Amino acid sequence: MNRSLSGLLPGRSSQPGKRVLPGFALSLGISLFFISVVLILPVTGLIAHTAGMGWEQYWAVITDERVMASYKVTLWTAAVAAMINALVGVLLAWVLVRYEFPGKRIMDALVDLPFALPTAVAGITLAALFAQDGWYGQFFDMLGIKVSFTPLGIIIAMSFTSLPFVVRTVQPVLEDQAPEDEEAAVSLGATDWTVFRRILFPAIWPALMTGIGLSFCRSLGEFGAVIFIAGNMPYVSEITSLMIFVRLQEFDHAAASAIASVVLMASLVLLLGINLWQARYLRRLHGR
Amino acid sequence: MLQRKVMRAGDQPLVKWTLIALAFITTMLMLVIPLLLIFDMALSAGTGTYWDNLTNRYTVHAIGLTLLVAALTVPINLVFGVFLAWLVTRFEFPGRKALITLIDIPFAVSPVVAGLLYLLLYGSNGWLGSWLMNHDVQLMFSWPGIVMVTVFVTCPFVARELIPLMQQQGREEEEAGVVLGATGWQLFRRITLPNIQWALLYGVVLTNARAVGEFGAVSVVSGNIRGETNTLSLHVELLYQDYNVVGAFASASLLAGIALLTIVVKSFVEWRQARQHAALDELVDNS
Repeated sequence: MNRSLSGLLPGRSSQPGKRVLPGFALSLGISLFFISVVLILPVTGLIAHTAGMGWEQYWAVITDERVMASYKVTLWTAAVAAMINALVGVLLAWVLVRYEFPGKRIMDALVDLPFALPTAVAGITLAALFAQDGWYGQFFDMLGIKVSFTPLGIIIAMSFTSLPFVVRTVQPVLEDQAPEDEEAAVSLGATDWTVFRRILFPAIWPALMTGIGLSFCRSLGEFGAVIFIAGNMPYVSEITSLMIFVRLQEFDHAAASAIASVVLMASLVLLLGINLWQARYLRRLHGR
Repeated sequence: MLQRKVMRAGDQPLVKWTLIALAFITTMLMLVIPLLLIFDMALSAGTGTYWDNLTNRYTVHAIGLTLLVAALTVPINLVFGVFLAWLVTRFEFPGRKALITLIDIPFAVSPVVAGLLYLLLYGSNGWLGSWLMNHDVQLMFSWPGIVMVTVFVTCPFVARELIPLMQQQGREEEEAGVVLGATGWQLFRRITLPNIQWALLYGVVLTNARAVGEFGAVSVVSGNIRGETNTLSLHVELLYQDYNVVGAFASASLLAGIALLTIVVKSFVEWRQARQHAALDELVDNS
């Protein structure tokens, strides 16, 4: 009884070690079971398949010329897409937080469309838009720029699917930004650009980096949206996710799992990095 | 509430309207026009053809399979998400942070890799798959495999929506309930659920949207058997590659409809939460 009453005393309820609420064993059991079976167990298959290859063979598969070309194109297109999203994301977040205008709510809601739209649908839509006689493609064609079947198409698909990340990470930080510093700066005659560079940018950049990281991570793994517009030409516009698929269709499970192990490790390292980064700046924010 | 009229960065009309115009053009080009194109293409051969495309035997089968996958995936991840959120927001224990990071893995992993992981384990070459094969159980290249990878890909959504909210609400209310003698189920039903219902709804809607539309992971494990293991997303791809572009966009328009519904629900949920907040603030101000 003493233990449960301690929960009512102000300021003590979040003391570690006191478990007042029911369901600890049950929720721990269900969560651990689920995570083991759904998330961890499948990795054993990958380990078993790659362990079966010798180191030499593993190395040969993951450094194969065509695979190397796919890493290169995936990495640089994802990086460009993340940069585009940083610019567009900050613009949209800024406009949605700072201004009132008709249609604002609809714009805010539409930002989530790329997350809600299935990637295959995004893929065929972008492919149709940028086809030579498509709504956008004809203008690019007049300018002599080829989008379909080139890395440019990959960049467009990647920036579409990961557009919401930067907006949704920067938006709450901009909302919490107290006006005093800005007012002081503006009344002292600072230009908008100075205020943005000296006051706002330092405030939003940890969130911006998180958004860029998430967007980059998502773009590296994107598949459905990319394959339709990319044309998937070896050495030119073939992404690593597709490389795995190609090896699988050749029934070369070992090679597919070797390449997948590289992709998996890269994304786990990236995820860990983003999490550590977020933890660091959250700590700084709360002064803990 | 009287607002002080202050000048902040970007408040000059010229700057303001230029930025709004830029944002408007971006939204049009990147989001609105692509959305319109889907419906324009789907209807480009007339409503009759559109209807025929949707009621075609293979399309109807793909719709059925997609609904089945969603109907199995959503409840599984709903239960898991609620238990996980309860666990990490209501108790302190070693490894709590690691658990929160682990649950994000499906967001970081490429869907193709996710599908491959399952194929390597449960396929005929996998250690578990070969054992299952000997007992005449085939999970890959059939609908159970599709459900399994979809559960993997969508498992973070409910938990991700609930964790920040439940963290913020704290555990005081539930602890008071325990002191007053409530059972675990009563606590959840009477205190927790009313507090989290809107976030939970949005988590479910997101899970559903992704479950219905998953492509990469599903295409690895499905085997793309027309009329058997074709989900709506895979059907879109198959038609597109058969050069039946209008048919592909007809199926795509259904998926786009679900996506639109998802963002409408999201706006509604946010509006409800904002109203709840406002009501609470008013209550505090008046007391």
